[in-house]
Amino acid sequence: MRRLVAVVAALVVAGCGTSDEGSAPGEVTVFAAASLTESFTSLGKDFEAANPGIKVKFNFGGSSALAQQLNQGAPADVFASAAPANMEQVADTGTITATPTTFARNTLQIAVPKGNPGGVGGLADFGKAELKIALCAEQVPCGAAARKVLAAAGVTAVPDTLEQDVKAALTKVSLGEVDAALVYRTDVKAAGGKVEGKDFPEAGQAVNDYPIAPVAKARNAAGAQAFIDFVRSEKGRAVLTEAGFVLP
Amino acid sequence: MTTERATRGRLPVVLVLPALLGLAFLLLPMVGLLVRAPWRTLPARLVGAEVGEALRLSLVCASLATVVCLVLGVPLAWLLARGDLPGRGVLRALVTVPLVLPPVVGGVALLLVLGRRGLVGQHLDAWFGVSLPFTTAGVVVAEAFVAMPFLVISVEGALRAADPRFEEAAATLGASRWLTFRRVTLPSVLPGLVAGTVLCWARALGEFGATITFAGNFPGETTTMPLAVYLALETDPDAAIVLSIVLLVVSVGVLAGLRDRWIRGAT
Repeated sequence: MRRLVAVVAALVVAGCGTSDEGSAPGEVTVFAAASLTESFTSLGKDFEAANPGIKVKFNFGGSSALAQQLNQGAPADVFASAAPANMEQVADTGTITATPTTFARNTLQIAVPKGNPGGVGGLADFGKAELKIALCAEQVPCGAAARKVLAAAGVTAVPDTLEQDVKAALTKVSLGEVDAALVYRTDVKAAGGKVEGKDFPEAGQAVNDYPIAPVAKARNAAGAQAFIDFVRSEKGRAVLTEAGFVLP
Repeated sequence: MTTERATRGRLPVVLVLPALLGLAFLLLPMVGLLVRAPWRTLPARLVGAEVGEALRLSLVCASLATVVCLVLGVPLAWLLARGDLPGRGVLRALVTVPLVLPPVVGGVALLLVLGRRGLVGQHLDAWFGVSLPFTTAGVVVAEAFVAMPFLVISVEGALRAADPRFEEAAATLGASRWLTFRRVTLPSVLPGLVAGTVLCWARALGEFGATITFAGNFPGETTTMPLAVYLALETDPDAAIVLSIVLLVVSVGVLAGLRDRWIRGAT
């Protein structure tokens, strides 16, 4: 028992020791939208390399699911959402009190299977009944964005399926089960050569802002701020641009 | 006689305590749903939305999937229990694969085989113009894939526990194997068959992952209750709770009703 107390005391002292060395100590837990998986994983490694002693832990998921987890008290230091609406959900409960910063923007692209077997040229093709079309369900951000651009283009889409998230829609494209889907530019990039992306003029009608903010009860407030600063640094901007994001 | 009464008289605490804990563990999450339910707006929510449509689709698809499982699964269980197959142990293990596989992976696997570009699906599409993904038939296929092991395992277990001497007696009296199966084997495993069918139907009714991956999600065609619940959860957790309660009430009602009738009929 006495030995245990000694070990605990030593650990506490050691913990205090590192925190005195300047940069934020320990671990930063980041809750981030699923569409940030590739770019934030890479950014996390760079951040750890630039800040020895700090570990970044990620929890990637749908923004609304993450918001619900945060509101139920999940331990996190930073929240990066794919939509302002989900950031508002956590702000409403006081889980986040800081003013969120928009650090990236995402727009939609038409994704078609390699070789474009359906001969899809633009949004107008989404109204063709003979083509298999996947859209995101309107309840999720990519579905709401799809509705906006289709309305702006004056196209009445005839989808065969309303997918539960953007990655599911992308899977249907990469497997060739649908001829086209509306997904984010970053998802097309992340899919590598398996799908082709096509830009369309109405994409500017639905720009998705990505807000980031520290959690009010962050266990590592300094680390949280350091990570947010890193995301907004030159290095962070380069990684996000590479992933297909548009920067504010 | 007296010892029997003694063992029946007092239930051992070592069994009762964990049993009650187990019951609480299973029921408390449902209590959570009922407590959080928006009772005041419940009637309005039930009338609105596509609750009826999704519920009808769920019941129809789960029932059709159960029929598919019975038609294919009972003979498969018989083959595993009675057939003289090499590598029967491996086959038995393979039958349980859909249980182990995450349903979403099962859905992707179904796409790879039965999808438009799938191993079999591309021929279905080219020769017959049949494409299963994004259709109600696709929902039935996905549900049957995930639910069939429950039926096969139950029926196979019952078959292996049944006394084969009754079948042998039937055979010596001149009954064909098919007649023996229908008149002797099936009645003797009826409780196992009923239990397996109930499990199979319940699993099919709650199926989510394989369904949304293989059959997609479109109201009236492939949006079953679990899919509707999941999407409602994205924007309106209260609506999701209402849908869950409807699914709960209907499934418990159907199962309780059938159980009484079938079990009584079986004994």
